[in-house]
Amino acid sequence: MELYRLTATELSRMIRNKEVSSTEVTKSVFSRIKEKENEIEAYVTLNEEGALKKAAEVDEKIARGETLSSLAGIPVGIKDNICTKGLRTTCSSKMLSNFVPPYNATVINKLEEADFVCTGKLNMDEFAMGSSTETSFFKKTKNPFDTTRVPGGSSGGSAAAVASGEAIVALGSDTGGSIRQPASFCGVVGMKPTYGSVSRFGLVAFASSLDQIGPFGRCVEDVAMLTSVICGKDPMDTTSVRREYPRFEDNLSADVKGLRIGIPDVYFGEGVTEEVRQSVMNAAHKYEEMGAVLVPVTLPQPDYALAAYYIIACAEASSNLARFDGVKYGYRSPNYTSLEDLYENTRSEGFGEEVKRRIMLGTYVLSSGYYDAYYKKAKFTQNLMQDMFRKAFTQADVILCPTAPDTAFKFGENSDNQVKMYMNDILTVTVNIVGLPAISIPCGFDSKGMPIGCQLIGGKFSEQLLLNTAFAYEKAVGGFDLSRTLG
Amino acid sequence: MDTKGYEMIVGLEVHCELNTKTKIYCSCRNSFGAEVNSQCCPICMGMPGTLPTLNEKVVDYAVKMGYALNCTINPVSKQDRKNYFYPDLPKAYQISQFDIPLCEHGHLDILVDGKEKRIGITRIHIEEDAGKLIHDESFAGTLVDFNRCGVPLIEIVSEPDLRSSAEAKAYLDTIREIVIYLGISDGKMQEGSIRCDINVSVHKPGEPFGTRVEMKNVNTFSGAVRAIEYEAARQIEVLENGGTISQETRRWDDLKGCNFLLRSKEDAQDYRYFPEPDLSTIVLDENHLAELKASIPELPNKKVVRYMQTLSIPEEEARLLVESVEKAAYFEEVIAAGNIVPKDAANWILGAISRVINETGKSIAEIGIPASHLAKLIEMLEKKEISSSAGNTVFEEMLHSDKMPADIVAEKGLAQVSDQSVLQQIVDQVAAANQKSIDDYRGGKTNALGFLVGQCMKASKGKGNPAIMREMLLKILNQE
Repeated sequence: MELYRLTATELSRMIRNKEVSSTEVTKSVFSRIKEKENEIEAYVTLNEEGALKKAAEVDEKIARGETLSSLAGIPVGIKDNICTKGLRTTCSSKMLSNFVPPYNATVINKLEEADFVCTGKLNMDEFAMGSSTETSFFKKTKNPFDTTRVPGGSSGGSAAAVASGEAIVALGSDTGGSIRQPASFCGVVGMKPTYGSVSRFGLVAFASSLDQIGPFGRCVEDVAMLTSVICGKDPMDTTSVRREYPRFEDNLSADVKGLRIGIPDVYFGEGVTEEVRQSVMNAAHKYEEMGAVLVPVTLPQPDYALAAYYIIACAEASSNLARFDGVKYGYRSPNYTSLEDLYENTRSEGFGEEVKRRIMLGTYVLSSGYYDAYYKKAKFTQNLMQDMFRKAFTQADVILCPTAPDTAFKFGENSDNQVKMYMNDILTVTVNIVGLPAISIPCGFDSKGMPIGCQLIGGKFSEQLLLNTAFAYEKAVGGFDLSRTLG
Repeated sequence: MDTKGYEMIVGLEVHCELNTKTKIYCSCRNSFGAEVNSQCCPICMGMPGTLPTLNEKVVDYAVKMGYALNCTINPVSKQDRKNYFYPDLPKAYQISQFDIPLCEHGHLDILVDGKEKRIGITRIHIEEDAGKLIHDESFAGTLVDFNRCGVPLIEIVSEPDLRSSAEAKAYLDTIREIVIYLGISDGKMQEGSIRCDINVSVHKPGEPFGTRVEMKNVNTFSGAVRAIEYEAARQIEVLENGGTISQETRRWDDLKGCNFLLRSKEDAQDYRYFPEPDLSTIVLDENHLAELKASIPELPNKKVVRYMQTLSIPEEEARLLVESVEKAAYFEEVIAAGNIVPKDAANWILGAISRVINETGKSIAEIGIPASHLAKLIEMLEKKEISSSAGNTVFEEMLHSDKMPADIVAEKGLAQVSDQSVLQQIVDQVAAANQKSIDDYRGGKTNALGFLVGQCMKASKGKGNPAIMREMLLKILNQE
């Protein structure tokens, strides 16, 4: 058995029992990368030397008999919008193609304390704007199930790396579905934690009020383990929340008896393919068989949520991305004679089409005279949606719906139709708008053999309940099938 | 300046740097004059992924100013982003406060021509300062110094209640004195601690206000006076020539003594303000607010008026005392320590004490004369127990010893003699020896009296009570 095929949970036990060394695991992952990377193109930057050095350190620590974290020595891939000190962080943009941060994101510091091994920086949609990873300046990451199809996005590199064995687990970020949708497309588990449970310090901001870092894994336990490491109040991020964050993996329970699972009609409606609907409903019935109760719940119309999402996200993005002006770091256009030229040419040449589109949108909705009609209304809609979710969670403990309306599409299929592309996020954005946690788990395949994702949404800080619910399904179906992508 | 019947309407936006130890959103030191780009970090340089955390001291300082200017403090306020591109603004937005500032609806009483005038305060909000651009002939292009990025500022916006450059100057002086009294700012103009934008319009009394013009880049209070007068005169001239004033922003050039169009209303920047998502709402606890309110001392503008009205100190002296927190405090201690005329205490502090301060550079505390000692000295002078020249001698001695003034007087035998019989003897001797002066006086040269008093003082070795001896001399001179 190749080591890269194992889960973090299995490898963690083996490393600490000295059955394998971290160096062996890391080498296995890098040999897998060498085997698959030409085809998958999941990474923007590889960190082989750093990874092997770290693995050797972990092995020494184990040899000395030190007690290590469960993540110690596990190769983890990092989305390329999470700052890594001394390791290039590009956001898959020409704008930051030469940017090497002099600081770590807080999550990286936490992972370092846990002795993780960093495999490298994973490809993504430019500045996390997209649902297919096609907007990356560097490369198009392929879906490991079918390389003619996209891996989803924006954390497409993270999902593809985990699914193909190019990383054991990975971090991504989710602003409107950027963890859950690629997890769904690539047949892995991905969770967006509650807004405020993971520090955003060092995550290059797309939409500050919606962004949240989260884990990818091939099983629920791996996702639980990674979540435990990254959660926590950070004094450097005032939007992070002080509270007790448990070690989720230690409290996993597959008991769902009496669990009230809310089924929102509107999230199974128009746009959702019959195959996805069937597959997700089968998962719901599986829960019923295990003793859960299905209850209908009313949730906000997804199209309203989508409109509010694009207004808020683009507004914040237009401001967050204004700092990329060629003055301090990153790309600077060689063509300028005045300050205005420097700004205009740097930003015209440094940003891709989708990023520019969203900056324009965001600038527009914040403009004097339009603010009330767009931004203010979107914030109002956000409040309404929060109320609706609050009400829904008095009737249900967990809400179940598809992660995406369809399975992975072909390259270029949606590129010429932005609205269709944006519709990919229709079932995921609401969760970000209301700041809730949600997890996507594989629940089958469509007739083309592409994975389908089932989304579980919980109340604020209900990560343990979500992980337990996901764990119950995983146990019931005997694990998730990645035999085709892991080789 | 010939106003041709126009009245000027002036409103001020004062930016004041707070003297907190660290910057507003990161832990960099807030200090002036450090080496270029030595007081900055990834956060205040706006590096990708970094986040601000609010320095709560900044909020406290701003709230203190709010209370000092009689504002309503909003217990819940928020921070907003003001978006614009400029190389000294690394995030390309300034974190400021837009629709819910910390403090609103206040007023400030200023003293103009001996009378108090109330100026409305629209709002006070907190924000971050930008960096500085460095242009120098020694290199091509422009460099940026980020040291000032994130230095905490309060912006104090006045109502358009000022009617002259003198009022504007008094307003600015008062603001400066207050921030120094509160200990929230150094108030150092030369370091740019206080800067202002000025709104000026003119109109004929009884007619609606004219269109206002904003002037930027005013860095000194005297510059503000010049800028206001220049702009008012410019507007009057335009109107008198049949022109109209357009709403615009002009840049004041203090060296040239004139202003230039920066941008017209059509080019006005749209700052696209929106709530700063990286920071939480500022929520102020009632008890904490009460503590801050209780910490506000009597403010200089109110002190001056009290000194004038209840202590009968003339305005000029009152201002001079209040100008220095230490002098005012010492003055109050001295008058509390003895039953003395406040004006006498003021004279000593603004005279002898200030002279020592100027000569030695010491503070009053360093000079080391306890308020009670000075009060005692003044008391002895007022009771004429010693002469004024003896008073000076005692004061000089007090600078070097901790002895009580009375002890110094006793040791040096400086007590003033008021015994009638002793003094009469001296006066008689002086009169006998100076017949010529007596004749001069009687012949109409009345200043001979001063000479004779002086002679008496000399004869008494400075201890004789000059007033009594003067009376005695007059009795002799007016005989026959």
